[in-house]
Amino acid sequence: MSKTISQFDWLSILLYFLLVSIGWVNIYSASLDDTATSFFDLDQIYGKQLLWIILSVFLIVILLSLEAKFYERFASIIYVFSLFSIIGLFFFGKTINGATSWYAIGGFTIQPSEFAKVATALALAKFTSDIQTNIKNLGDQFKAFIIIALPALIILPQPDAGSAMVYAAFFFPLYREGLSGVYLLIGALGILVFVLTLMFNPFWVSGGAVIVLLLTYFLRKKKKPGAIAYLSILIVAVALSFSVNYIFENIFEQRHRDRFNIVLGKEVDNRGIGYNTNQSEIAIGSGSWFGKGWTQGTQTKGNFVPEQHTDYIFSTVGEEWGFIGSTVVVLLFILLMLRILHLAERQKSQFNRVYGYSVAGILFIHFFVNVGMVIGIFPTVGIPLPFFSYGGSGLWGFTILLFIFIKLDADRMSFW
Amino acid sequence: MRRILLYIIIITSGLIFLARLFYLQVLDDSFAGLSENNAIKVVYDYPQRGFIFDRNGELLVSNQPSYDVMVIPRNLKPFDTTEFCKILGLTEEQLVGRLDKAKIYSPRLPSVVIPQLTKSEYAYLQEKMRKYEGFYIQKRSLRDYYTEHGSNILGYIAEVNQRTVNENPYYLSGDLIGKQGVEEYYEELLRGIKGVKYIQKDRFNRDIGPYKGGIYDTLPKKGKDLTITIDAELQKYGELLMENKRGGIVAIEPATGEILAMVTAPNYDPAKLVGRKRSKNFTELYYDTIAKPLYDRGLLAEYPPGSPFKTINALIALQEGVVDTRERFTCQMGYYYGRGRKMGCHAHPGPLSMIPGIANSCNAYFANVYRRIIEKYPTPQEGVNTWAEHLESFGLGDYLGYDLPTGRSGKIPTADYYNAIYEYPKYKWFAPATLSNAIGQGEVLMTPIQLANMTAAIANRGWFYTPHILKEIDGNPIKKEEYTQKKYTTIDPEHFEPVIEGMHQVYKSGTASALGIPGIEIAGKTGTAENFTKINGKRVQLTDHSIFIAFAPVDDPKIAMAVFVENGYWGGRYAGRIAGLLIEKYLKGEITRKDMEEWILTHSLEEEYAKPLSGEPFKINQ
Repeated sequence: MSKTISQFDWLSILLYFLLVSIGWVNIYSASLDDTATSFFDLDQIYGKQLLWIILSVFLIVILLSLEAKFYERFASIIYVFSLFSIIGLFFFGKTINGATSWYAIGGFTIQPSEFAKVATALALAKFTSDIQTNIKNLGDQFKAFIIIALPALIILPQPDAGSAMVYAAFFFPLYREGLSGVYLLIGALGILVFVLTLMFNPFWVSGGAVIVLLLTYFLRKKKKPGAIAYLSILIVAVALSFSVNYIFENIFEQRHRDRFNIVLGKEVDNRGIGYNTNQSEIAIGSGSWFGKGWTQGTQTKGNFVPEQHTDYIFSTVGEEWGFIGSTVVVLLFILLMLRILHLAERQKSQFNRVYGYSVAGILFIHFFVNVGMVIGIFPTVGIPLPFFSYGGSGLWGFTILLFIFIKLDADRMSFW
Repeated sequence: MRRILLYIIIITSGLIFLARLFYLQVLDDSFAGLSENNAIKVVYDYPQRGFIFDRNGELLVSNQPSYDVMVIPRNLKPFDTTEFCKILGLTEEQLVGRLDKAKIYSPRLPSVVIPQLTKSEYAYLQEKMRKYEGFYIQKRSLRDYYTEHGSNILGYIAEVNQRTVNENPYYLSGDLIGKQGVEEYYEELLRGIKGVKYIQKDRFNRDIGPYKGGIYDTLPKKGKDLTITIDAELQKYGELLMENKRGGIVAIEPATGEILAMVTAPNYDPAKLVGRKRSKNFTELYYDTIAKPLYDRGLLAEYPPGSPFKTINALIALQEGVVDTRERFTCQMGYYYGRGRKMGCHAHPGPLSMIPGIANSCNAYFANVYRRIIEKYPTPQEGVNTWAEHLESFGLGDYLGYDLPTGRSGKIPTADYYNAIYEYPKYKWFAPATLSNAIGQGEVLMTPIQLANMTAAIANRGWFYTPHILKEIDGNPIKKEEYTQKKYTTIDPEHFEPVIEGMHQVYKSGTASALGIPGIEIAGKTGTAENFTKINGKRVQLTDHSIFIAFAPVDDPKIAMAVFVENGYWGGRYAGRIAGLLIEKYLKGEITRKDMEEWILTHSLEEEYAKPLSGEPFKINQ
């Protein structure tokens, strides 16, 4: 055991505890009210979160004590169990804020979708690392897609589009393992066409696509790909543009449309749908260089930012710790993600590498969508900031996700 | 590529986030202000505005509470609108309209429903208030006047305009600020400094305690009480005498430069600009463009000074040594100069030396003296400039520097001025071209306060204090150098005696011999100034202005003044009588020349003022 302890990646563990601690300090400020007595007051949000944090230390000890092989061996079982846990929500789930995503057990609630990500990562790692699997093979691509899409499709109608969206993160390990770049290109093109269509209209986008493709076709140096490839890209883009327009105008609900329109600056509504984003920007913007100081944020104290201790926790950082504090937090996240990528790359086992990439991808999507939303450059999507946002399930989910990988990493040499 | 894609994406998004954060937090200042606005309520504590007393300690202006009925639309509950409207004298439509307006402004923030209730309305409503949830009464402070006079001196207070709010961070929309007169000039002393409390709010706009424990809060500082130099009794009497006339009076205590009275006519009761009728009354006053009650003639009206100006020409002539007190000049019903041109004069004995020249206001005498002043120098330019320099030492031709917010510079022509109008050097000009300066006509223009100050300088035999309106701040005499340092004229003291004797003779044997006050030796000078207006673009002469300057007693002057009465025929007719009565009032406290008082009070010039507006041909000076 002592040998393994020295092999744990202490940098990742340090970053984890830094983020969790800073997160709690901000939850404390965001949820502080006059009835506060002590840090451990379990009637208070920060008291509960502190309990979760302490419990996750025990959780970490357990995770690190388990045999590394256990995770690979039981990946499929964990995955299936996890699927059942989210399916069970349709029958036994508790509805909070309109989403039926929780089980109520005693005084606590558990959100199984936070754990389903871990299970999916394990299952995907197991599938891709199977000697039979070749991810360049269309059939295997389809199977991998099923593994990823199944939990996402179950979560989507709960409704919890945010959590479902996180499953896009699994594109990263698949690409790393050899999934064709065409998917990347199509994905990027799709997003580009989507955003441009919303900003302008499908006719402009189609016209633009024709001009751009003609230019690149005639200016290209290599003969490949041929005209047919260009033509098909054009057709797809135009079709996508018009269908996006159709879906946006006819299938999306108004609240979805509003969220996009506000980020794109096409709509300003600071009292209604844009209230959250606007208040969050005000809070962050008022932080200036050094912030207003811990528990001194006027926006935080006045509870102007809704859900500030959960999804909008980063606005407290911005207001009370200023640009310096926000930069430190952003850098800590980036450092942790890059560290995980670095660790993933040094794995000998494909299982470990895929899992590591999944961890980095999931953390990244959460970080990107959450912070992007709070600082007003991404539409409002309710997903937590890892290690930061209030919530036991979330914290435990990310803890498990990360520490399984730390355990796998520590054990990487024992394959031989 | 496969190995580095996620690295690149992570680092790129991190940089984008940091850029966005830098923009939000450091570059864009607008959020800092917004934050203060919506999380912190600022409550101001307005101090009591300073009182204003007259020179004898009589209270002129204090404060009175006023009560606004406010509403917070969100807190409204159904109520008996009929009764509510009856108490406040509103129609139901008016009430509904105002409530709608308040709701549009903000459902959560207070709006004024009915401003400035009277005390009796307030007393009655206060008992019923609990029945009207959502309404409450807010106390404000308004001015309370103990005098019906001196509105031009006191000024008034009104809500600040948007420009002031933009320019001066102290003021917020809805704050009160002094306008005109002492209220404007001494705004900062009178208003004090408002206190401020910062209160932390939550997103429901509820107070959740003082912001940062109140460390930024400040206490209000009370405004200063001001004692002004005005004698309220004299002011009141001056306004009484000027009823039915237009013009201005300025009276100064020569020994101190303190303004004893400053009358402009027509005038208005300062209480008109307080309370609910304020805006209606102000509009009426503002749009009376004929009588111009808001126009302070004592400070702003630039009149030709007429004959009183001769006294100062006499002084300059003596100082320049171009004439002595014995030399006589003949007068053939006027003064002939140039190619058969004549400056007319009236019938009087002759030839005259200086003292009777002043007493009889002989135009020919002063035409001769004036020419000598100008022609003493090799060129008329030098002559005119020397002459103008002497005048400027009396505070003429420029702003005097008194402590009231309005004024005019008047006009003293210099060589440059004449060079410009006569197109020098293409054409030459000589002293006769400027001859009307000899008798205070032509290019010379003075405001009543300048003329009064000139009179005070003569009374003092050569010096004056800049006229001022403020005497004490919270009971302490003012120390400002401008008002406590003597300003010397360019005329030596000995030259004043003959001129003052001439002015004394005006009462004894001259143009004001019928206007004497028993027991008081007065020095004065009448003036009658031609004036013109434009009717349909044509220059039309109007009845002459009646002008008078005087000081008394001659040997120990206590009061010096200038009186202008527009279109008052001639100096002795209106202005001379008014000056005598004011001097008697001030020095004796009672009036013995009841005949003179009676005459002034029963004579009106309204018919005279109606003449040029009638559209019909009219005769002047009749």
